[in-house]
Amino acid sequence: MSRRSPEHGSTSTALALTVFLLFFTAITVYIFIKKLWWFPPAITDEGHEFDAQFFRTLVITGIVFVGAQVGLALAVFRYRERGKPASHFEGHTGMEVVWTLATLVLFVGLGIYAEKGWASVHFIGASPGALPIEVTAQQFAWNFRYAGPDGKFGRTKPELVSASTGNPVGIDPADPNGRDDIVSPGEIAVPAGREVDLLLKSLDVTHSFYVRELRLKQDAVPGMEIHLHFTANDPGTYELACAQLCGLGHHKMRATFKVLSEPDFEKWLQQQEAANQ
Amino acid sequence: MVTDAVGVGHVHSASTGFIRKYIFSVDHKVIGIQYLLLALFSVFLGMALSLLMRIHLAWPAHKLPFLGGGLMTPEQYLALVTMHGSIMIFMVLTTAPQSGFGNYFLPLQIGAEDMAFPVLNMLSFWTTFLSLAVMVSAFFVPEGAPISGWTAYPPLSAVGEQAGPGQGAGQTLWVIGIAIFCAASLMGALNFITTTVDLRAKGMSLMRLPLTVWAWFVTAILGLLAFGVLLAACALLLLDRTAGTSFFIPGGLVFTDQVLIDHKGGSPLLWQHLFWFFGHPEVYIAILPGMGVASHLLSTFARKPVFGYKAMAYAICAIGFLGFCVWGHHMFVSGMSPYSAFAFSLLTMTIGVPSAIKTFNWLGTLWGGRIQFTAAMLFALGFVSLFVTGGLSGIFLAQPTLDLYFHDTYFVVAHFHLIMGVAAIFGIFGATYFWYPKMFGRMLNEGLGKVHFWLTFVGVYAIFMPMHYLGIAGHERRYADTTGVGYLAKLQPVHVFITYAAIITIGSQLIFLFNFLYSLKWGKKAADNPWHATTLEWSVPSPPPFDNFGGKHPQIYRGPYEFGVPGHSEDYIPQYLKPEKVSEAH
Repeated sequence: MSRRSPEHGSTSTALALTVFLLFFTAITVYIFIKKLWWFPPAITDEGHEFDAQFFRTLVITGIVFVGAQVGLALAVFRYRERGKPASHFEGHTGMEVVWTLATLVLFVGLGIYAEKGWASVHFIGASPGALPIEVTAQQFAWNFRYAGPDGKFGRTKPELVSASTGNPVGIDPADPNGRDDIVSPGEIAVPAGREVDLLLKSLDVTHSFYVRELRLKQDAVPGMEIHLHFTANDPGTYELACAQLCGLGHHKMRATFKVLSEPDFEKWLQQQEAANQ
Repeated sequence: MVTDAVGVGHVHSASTGFIRKYIFSVDHKVIGIQYLLLALFSVFLGMALSLLMRIHLAWPAHKLPFLGGGLMTPEQYLALVTMHGSIMIFMVLTTAPQSGFGNYFLPLQIGAEDMAFPVLNMLSFWTTFLSLAVMVSAFFVPEGAPISGWTAYPPLSAVGEQAGPGQGAGQTLWVIGIAIFCAASLMGALNFITTTVDLRAKGMSLMRLPLTVWAWFVTAILGLLAFGVLLAACALLLLDRTAGTSFFIPGGLVFTDQVLIDHKGGSPLLWQHLFWFFGHPEVYIAILPGMGVASHLLSTFARKPVFGYKAMAYAICAIGFLGFCVWGHHMFVSGMSPYSAFAFSLLTMTIGVPSAIKTFNWLGTLWGGRIQFTAAMLFALGFVSLFVTGGLSGIFLAQPTLDLYFHDTYFVVAHFHLIMGVAAIFGIFGATYFWYPKMFGRMLNEGLGKVHFWLTFVGVYAIFMPMHYLGIAGHERRYADTTGVGYLAKLQPVHVFITYAAIITIGSQLIFLFNFLYSLKWGKKAADNPWHATTLEWSVPSPPPFDNFGGKHPQIYRGPYEFGVPGHSEDYIPQYLKPEKVSEAH
């Protein structure tokens, strides 16, 4: 038995697989073009650059995706068993070199291009005039500390942490720098158009600071102090959520993230100060 | 080196007692089937856990009869997340394609009587079995199963019950179970490497190895290098949990206003580096055998040689090597140095190149063929489609800037499920439909196989494609409940859709289970070479005798994929066919 008859239902199966692959490809492209589920609008310059880089990547991967799935669909239908012998070839060095180099240039080129955005945020720190805000994460809450009029954070000590007595981050009363510090539990506000220098800390396990509109995420790791800086442009109220599994309350570890105009921000800060008294 | 390096490196005779033959067997074929049955049990357990997660996500207020209070608590949900991931990755994706099919078919394909160290082989299976038992026992301790995910990031996984329920004895059992699994995998890897190097039949040069053997060989090297590191990491974590050390626990941690005074000086990031130094190669441990199987099946059922065989073999090696240089791409948001993120990102983009070579060459293999749509072939074709879809989302995640948004969202869940979960599973299914006749002497039912393929193929895309959109909308993963964060509410219909798709897909796996069990007794009798394939396992009876080749020393005369060679009456020339026989047929 050398040439088997087309006993595997070739044509109907080939047709079904081809149609499915084409349909699947089309619907995937449709959903991305229609943006049925999409990002919320970005509120930083880096966020807009993120959107542009996402789009570039989407176009490149989209072309490869459509090319490969459609290529597979066509090959499946065109070369289904029809009782004719198969062609015999074992490769094509020229083509292999071309697509190896093409992918290398495309993927690595895209990677190098993307590093621009990465370097602009992460290779340099915040500028000297940036507003420092300390973010302290714990199971399952966020606390935000502003340095007050002196511009300096007071010392903290783990043994002084006491959420019940109103000292959730453990500010040491013996340190004069800490006396004007303002702690805001569960709500962070930043002035629009001014750079902010976040100092991320965690009291217990690893958490992650995630605000979709900033297009930023950064783990808060116990034992480490990690900086994150950005300038939010568009006033509004957004949500901050924990993105790193931190225990049973992980899904409700959220906070409000406000971008306020400069006067509103000052007002907000005064309110927090009053609430701290 | 074994002196007699032509497949007769050791002599042992067939055991006759039931226990020595089927339980504590040293026969690589029995051990392979034992591994596959362990994986079969584990995959149904893992799917059951995911089904519970899906039902809870879609209908969180729905009471489930088998839960104490009716409603699933967050710690129960997170225990499901942790155990689903751990069981699927270790007990299914590592075990079935490599230890299962590799054990059974690597010696047969290279012309060896058995693995190089048969007793070690038996030991590695039973050690794996012990590891599964220890891991599953975490469900039955009073404190509950662990809730820190399969990645077990400390301090959550290290400080014990202060961090919440499930972080007590359950987490300790998890660490011990994984450590035992590492030991078992090291034994297995050693055996695979030695067997491939020393026990190849005469004429079986490296460039005549079936691509499946290349994949198993490189996977074994990855396993040898990666599992040792995880074993060390688990030992350190266990010491942190039980002996008061502080490898991963920094000082001054505060839990509910109480300072944890026993620890200081540890680094949570150290665990992440050690874990991902294992964890990334692990992705390739899961997927490389599937790539080998896909290449093998595409060639066999397109009746054409593999397109660019050498490039395919080199690409497997390149993926294996680069797989060790990219672990940092799991840590872009961890607080690691931004300069190393830069390097890890470019190396990750580079690994896309050998992956793309494989995809192009798969299409090249199909091009001009005469494709026979067996169930095995359908799963191989599905593998290619899934590999492309799942691989391309990696191009987004490899860029640190984009990862800052997508990290720990459902976009990542979609990515790794498609590429290392479902694609690898399609490799396993393809291998099962292809080799079942050789293993059990009977054919699987092709009609049921096709129904199984269609429901699974459509089903997995319906489950995992929408998860990309959840990720784009910013949906965090590992959330027990979607009511805590406001913007998740409008994504609920997507969860409901995914859950319906999951119920149908998981349900359709029962068709496979039925086919598997039914065909053992009532399947059509299999010929020695039912697929007209070329490699050495098809030269022996189905199922093969105890010593594989009946005391003969097979010899290899040509490459593994001689299909459709012009001028021959048969459209395939087996590796073991003597040249004079080929010319006779001519």
